[in-house]
Amino acid sequence: MNKLSQEEIIKIVKEYITENFLPSSGLDSFENEDSFMEKGIIDSTGVLELLEFIEERFNIRVEDEEVIPDNLDSLKKLSLFIKKKLDYAG
Amino acid sequence: MLVENFLEQSAEKFPEKEALVCDFSRLTFAKIESFANSLAQGLIAEGVKRQERVVVFLEPSVEAIVSIFAILKAGAIFVVLNPQIKSEKAVYILNDCEAKLLITDSNHLLEINDRLKDCKSLGSIVVVDFESSPWGGDRSNTKKIISYNELIKSFPPVRPSKCSIDIDLASLIYTSGTTGFPKGVMLTHLNIISAANSITQYLENTSADIILNLLPLSFDYGLYQVLMAFKFSGKIIQEKNFLYPYRIIELLLKEKVTGFPIVPTIAAILLRMKNLEKYDFPHLRYITSTAQVLPPNHIIHLQRIFPKAKIYSMYGLTECKRVSYLPPEELQRRPSSVGKPMPNTEVYLVDPAGRKIEEPHKIGELVVRGANVMKGYWNLPEETDAVLKPGPIPGEKVLYTGDLFEMDEEGFLYFVGRKDDLIKVGGERVSPKEVENVLHSIGGVSEAAVIGVEDEILGQAIKAFVVFQEGYKLNKEEIIKYCSRHMEIFMVPKYVEIVKELPKSLHGKVKKRELR
Repeated sequence: MNKLSQEEIIKIVKEYITENFLPSSGLDSFENEDSFMEKGIIDSTGVLELLEFIEERFNIRVEDEEVIPDNLDSLKKLSLFIKKKLDYAG
Repeated sequence: MLVENFLEQSAEKFPEKEALVCDFSRLTFAKIESFANSLAQGLIAEGVKRQERVVVFLEPSVEAIVSIFAILKAGAIFVVLNPQIKSEKAVYILNDCEAKLLITDSNHLLEINDRLKDCKSLGSIVVVDFESSPWGGDRSNTKKIISYNELIKSFPPVRPSKCSIDIDLASLIYTSGTTGFPKGVMLTHLNIISAANSITQYLENTSADIILNLLPLSFDYGLYQVLMAFKFSGKIIQEKNFLYPYRIIELLLKEKVTGFPIVPTIAAILLRMKNLEKYDFPHLRYITSTAQVLPPNHIIHLQRIFPKAKIYSMYGLTECKRVSYLPPEELQRRPSSVGKPMPNTEVYLVDPAGRKIEEPHKIGELVVRGANVMKGYWNLPEETDAVLKPGPIPGEKVLYTGDLFEMDEEGFLYFVGRKDDLIKVGGERVSPKEVENVLHSIGGVSEAAVIGVEDEILGQAIKAFVVFQEGYKLNKEEIIKYCSRHMEIFMVPKYVEIVKELPKSLHGKVKKRELR
């Protein structure tokens, strides 16, 4: 798992978001830098679902203190955060 | 007394006290008063007259709050739109209230720009990010576009002379109706002041209170947090949303928050956190919850995490703001009750024939009497007559809430259900008809029915049943995507089921009970 590159992480998470959240955001696509909050890609219940997904998919534990916009609020930030967690665990 | 006096009196008593924290801004009462005075002068110069409607279409922000007070100072009526609404509904409301002026930002203006020509009453648009707007101003439309900053700079911060009296309207708050079109709840200054007096009395608010507001200003519960904090000269920490739970915890701790208004959805989100118990919130004095009854396990959990905070379970509706609250000391004994009427409000239950129910534990419709009861729905006399009916004093009107309740021997209220089929999603009223109307506008949809289903976090979630004509078919994702482009996100169905037909009664009415 910790061999995953940031690009691979982005791909996995993007696929999940595209499938689960994009339809209800009304958008066709989104960029890696787009803020989930500002673009309305994810709502508050979506954040919880996203957290559950990344914990399970990447086998990491996200601490309460880590659930902040700096770690989660775009595909880029989120993938860096996951990568950091995986590297640290490895 | 007028609602703008809340700000004015605080600015006189505590000019240098911090009043509002939002994003990276921290503003004193004097600063807000100064901005609001200049903007009010600007609005008057733009031709806004007493009792005309000015619409605010902004994220919860410093500008939105300044605008609300400026509109009142100009003697006009403020209408705050939910920042999430889509162009059809925004234009509908702009026209319904015959808005004279709109205060918005470039993002929201872009959303409605193509349809502005349909807004006949609208003269000018004030844009808060005029200078930095990527949009640069599409001058093709016929409206006059004005810079918010320029208006504030150009006019002196002098309070306009008062032209309102307290039975003038202060606000229209749009709420979902069973007809599928939003209705404007007419609230006078007196209505708002009466409700604010009662609420701040039972919450025992003082100028030392610091309130964390995660709710939008289009929602009366969110709006009143700001109005009431300005009334008791407290401080308001205004957030745009509650997407990232830890940010809420950080703010509670860092800002030493004393009052935390939530809806059960916020509780559900917070309680999903792993180690909330390890934090200590020594400043938090109370938590209020309304919109839906707090599930008993949430109450137990909240009490464990916030042992020093009193928890107030409350009930209300936009038409009268608040009805009742459960004194925190009663919470253990009757967790499912929303309590007794708040100060200066009276309630009773009536049977379907309109007769007052005297015996306990009999279900009836809740009727509310009080100075907080609205004047009616804007331009909707029939809808108004259906809910404002004669009361005990000749000529008086009381509010028939449409909510069914049970009362125990001691007068405590228990919510039973709605008389109509309105759905409550995360505290927001959703009209199934409004969602069904959008579904019907999808090409090839012959029938649609929308119901509420139980949801752990939202209380209720929207489920849609859709029937397509022969030869047409969209998949669930396409239906959800279409909906999200035509309605606020909380109204978008979480579940969609494509069916061959809907169960119907002999008269052809959809039997929603069978869909559940």
